[in-house]
Amino acid sequence: MAALTPAGAVCGARATAPHAGESRTVVPIRHWGRWLAAAAALTSLVGLIGSLAGNKNLHWDIVGHYVFADLVFNGLATTLWLTAAAMAVGLGLGVLVAVMRLSSNPVLRTLANAFVWIFRGTPLLVQIIFWGYAGALYKHILIGIPFTHITFLDMDTNTVLTPAVAALLALGLNEAAYASEIVRAGIQSVDAGQAEAAHSLGMRPALTTRRIVLPQAMRVIIPPLGNETINMLKMTALVSVISAHDLMSNIQDVYAQNYQVIPMLVVASIWYLILVTALGLPQSWLERRYGRGTAPATPATGPLQRLVTGAALRISRTGPAASTDSKG
Amino acid sequence: MVHAEGVRKHFGKVSVLRGIDLSVERGRVCCLLGPSGSGKSTFLRCINHLEKIDGGSLSVDGAPVGHRQQGNRLYELKEREIARARRDIGMVFQRFNLFPHMTALENVMEAPVKVAGVTRAEARADALRLLDRVGLADRAERYPAQLSGGQQQRVAIARALAMKPKLMLFDEPTSALDPELVGEVLDVMRQLAAEGMTMVVVTHEIGFAREVADTAVFMDGGVVVEAGDPRQVLGDPQQERTRTFLSKVL
Ligand SMILES: Nc1ncnc2c1ncn2[C@@H]1O[C@H](COP(=O)(O)OP(=O)(O)OP(=O)(O)O)[C@@H](O)[C@H]1O
Ligand SMILES: [Mg+2]
Repeated sequence: MAALTPAGAVCGARATAPHAGESRTVVPIRHWGRWLAAAAALTSLVGLIGSLAGNKNLHWDIVGHYVFADLVFNGLATTLWLTAAAMAVGLGLGVLVAVMRLSSNPVLRTLANAFVWIFRGTPLLVQIIFWGYAGALYKHILIGIPFTHITFLDMDTNTVLTPAVAALLALGLNEAAYASEIVRAGIQSVDAGQAEAAHSLGMRPALTTRRIVLPQAMRVIIPPLGNETINMLKMTALVSVISAHDLMSNIQDVYAQNYQVIPMLVVASIWYLILVTALGLPQSWLERRYGRGTAPATPATGPLQRLVTGAALRISRTGPAASTDSKG
Repeated sequence: MVHAEGVRKHFGKVSVLRGIDLSVERGRVCCLLGPSGSGKSTFLRCINHLEKIDGGSLSVDGAPVGHRQQGNRLYELKEREIARARRDIGMVFQRFNLFPHMTALENVMEAPVKVAGVTRAEARADALRLLDRVGLADRAERYPAQLSGGQQQRVAIARALAMKPKLMLFDEPTSALDPELVGEVLDVMRQLAAEGMTMVVVTHEIGFAREVADTAVFMDGGVVVEAGDPRQVLGDPQQERTRTFLSKVL
């Protein structure tokens, strides 16, 4: 970096000289290496796709038969609402835990730390099975005052903790532990002067957090949270161990009967890919929404467009490593 | 308006304020000067309770800061009451601290709408009037990142004024500005002083202090070394420490 700056300055000085006088045609650099690499990569890709498409053992007819099956759609619906609900629980609880971890109350801080310690420190699969079979641990759910005989509510565990509820609890609580870390980092990334300015205007701490700190923290929070959502979508596949009828459970039910494991997994993968791709849209919208007031959004350019044109302009944006390479 | 007697403050073992005595009457402008680390910012922050004082007494408009007096007992204020008291004290920071996710207009409207419960329409009209007053009516829809330092600081002043404070605190409002932008901020402050606002200003702008201040206070090492008429304190200081400091600044 340090070595580049003087070189850049020299370039700048040279560049102004020819432009100062009459106008001339600028010949952009041709990137022959890029074209070669792209061609080689594309050839390999076409070959791979061709070989997969021609592979009889993949049974594309079975894939085609099941990809729009009712069973698959039902599973999809479960997977989707489970993802959405678990993320909602995780994020809501995660914000609460993050605020508790940053609070000045030592009891709240310790409780929040313990929560994160447990739910981040044990395997998700174990947590799912635990909630799925919690009925074996506690036959009844009682709500009352501890160490007395006063109860307000007495329910049979298995009627309340259906596989769907157990799945939601397991995924949501686990997510809360991770989300709280992300939210905490986001909150701490906001300059302390912001809260001070808000306080000096007479805003109370809760209002300051909601109106001033969190919206700014969002910019830092959203990209990793997008990752979490994508992860969550795929982690819902784990709840098939307690038969929660998500996409993966239903796929497993099918291949348990017809033994077409690989084609059925291809069906599942196709749908997970489609969902993950669709999730990119709200994320970029949210990033723009909470990016307000910061540098203007980068111009949208397709990958091909970037390959062919504007390469010279982009060198500075691809980072110092790239520009050192091109200079030799 | 501000009355301090023997105000003390320490961070851990470090004594930052060691008995500050200071009085600012309503409608007067008091400029605080002093070397870095002398406790000017800390004292200013004590006035609106961003810091708690550890000793002495400090009152704003007759009410002890952070406390409620009943008989001869002082009760610590609740969070809600502290926030209530801060509404009447505007503060302008060295680094502006505008809310970057809001436009200039939204910055100014935020507290009136969310804290004072003014309707949006009314707050908007008020905010536009204030932005006009600091010469930024045409920049209302800009985000802070799209404004120059001087413009940001003027928005920050408008934002503080939006709560109709009785007292304004300025902590080196021009120290983060390019020299050619200092004037536009000082002009706004000068105008504010002329309109009768009570102001406590931490500044290194000797010229401004001499012209606008009713009192100049020189602080060093957490105590007031010299205070009085700015022409006296800044023109013909009686204390050696004041003289040394001024010779370095001028
Ligand atoms: N939150 C804090 N924790 C610990 N020490 C602090 C804190 N705030 C200020 N101090 C210390 O208190 C002393 C006085 O700080 P203060 O900011 O009030 O000085 P100042 O007169 O405003 O100086 P400057 O002109 O540099 O702004 C400094 O030594 C500083 O390190
Ligand atoms: Mg200071």
